[in-house]
Amino acid sequence: MSRKISEEEYKRQRIVRMKHWLSGEKDLYLDNMEVIPREEYKPDRKQLERYEHDLDEVMTRTYDTEHNRVYRFFQRFYKMAAVLCCTVLVLILIVEVSYLPPIGSASNPASNEVAAKYIEDGLQDTGAVNIVTGMILDYRAFDTFGESNVLFIATCTVLILMRNDKKKGKGSAEDEERRDSFYEPKKDVILQMAARILVPVIMLFGVYIILNGHLSPGGGFSGGAIIGAGLILYLNAFGFEKTERFFTEKTYKAVSFGALLFYCLAKSYSFYTGAHHLESGIPLGTPGAIISSGLILPLNICVGLVVACTMYAFFALFRKGGF
Amino acid sequence: MFGSNLLPNLGEVVAMILFGIGFANLLLQKNLIKKIIGLNIMDTAVYLFLAIKGYIEGRSAPIVVDGVQEVEAYINPIPSGLVLTGIVVSVSVTALMLSLTVRLYKRYHTLDLDEISSRLKKEGI
Repeated sequence: MSRKISEEEYKRQRIVRMKHWLSGEKDLYLDNMEVIPREEYKPDRKQLERYEHDLDEVMTRTYDTEHNRVYRFFQRFYKMAAVLCCTVLVLILIVEVSYLPPIGSASNPASNEVAAKYIEDGLQDTGAVNIVTGMILDYRAFDTFGESNVLFIATCTVLILMRNDKKKGKGSAEDEERRDSFYEPKKDVILQMAARILVPVIMLFGVYIILNGHLSPGGGFSGGAIIGAGLILYLNAFGFEKTERFFTEKTYKAVSFGALLFYCLAKSYSFYTGAHHLESGIPLGTPGAIISSGLILPLNICVGLVVACTMYAFFALFRKGGF
Repeated sequence: MFGSNLLPNLGEVVAMILFGIGFANLLLQKNLIKKIIGLNIMDTAVYLFLAIKGYIEGRSAPIVVDGVQEVEAYINPIPSGLVLTGIVVSVSVTALMLSLTVRLYKRYHTLDLDEISSRLKKEGI
């Protein structure tokens, strides 16, 4: 043998013992006790079957809602607790309300100097005859911008959730055809005649409300909702084939994005000039005229476009899963 | 227990009761669509409360007529603007919830929330 040390000596070396200990052959601290390697797991068929049977039993008993006493108790308890909760909540709120200042009195804490400022200086500051419009599109325009964005984001999310992917699975031509004929209207004469008369009037009324937002009750949101309703009526009467000629997903994207971008830029400009006490250079015009009150009219049109597109998009998405 | 303004504030009491009805609907109904209707009733109660808060007796809507700009002429315009915000947000939230409900129905073919959740547990998710 050409070894320098004998095998005994080699085994007594610390590093070798460490190696043995690490690989689990001997435990140095427990007096060279040998660690028995684990036996391989051999599943017994009978045992397995019993185990599966037990599991099945437990699952069926757990979800057997008809005969489960705990579940039935929970159901009854939940109903009672819910009714109790609501009653207590309503009682607390009514007691609170009974201590509030009376309705309609001018000395309410809600009508403080902020409201007074809006009423007294609104016409001079914003040029809008309708003080509410002047407030939401000039003093609090950032809030309204957020609202329009909420609408846009909601449409995007509904688009993600409701879209039917044509590439996945049943994208065949006959399926497409069946779906189209399923969703197309059945040539309803009464509905078509009514739509032919009503839709132009509804559209005109919506445009009137949007354009007169700073002069009379109304504005972008209500006018946009009316135009959206007109579009939905038109769609119901004449089907997607007709509306797709002027309103597709691309139109929606372009109109919404353009309106929001214009809103953002216009309001950024007026915030910038306002914060630095600069002249904004936007004439307010004579109060009461259609073209007056500076940025409020274009902003109203933007909001109206976004709302109308959103209403129509919601309907089209829920009905067909696309535009 | 009750304060002195219970009868003058009857409109606000109605708003609170509406809120309770909507909340009970939300808790007790199993159908998801009915739950959403309950949430919308709660929204309506809040709008009613806000609109009543802004009302001042004997004054007109805040639209300047004949150049009259005294505070004594018009009601409080701020709650009106807040109600507008609330309506828009509620429309968006309702559309989102309805689309999620449609997805759930496509997956489980039921609108019963209890059945959906028990089936989820059975599937082990």
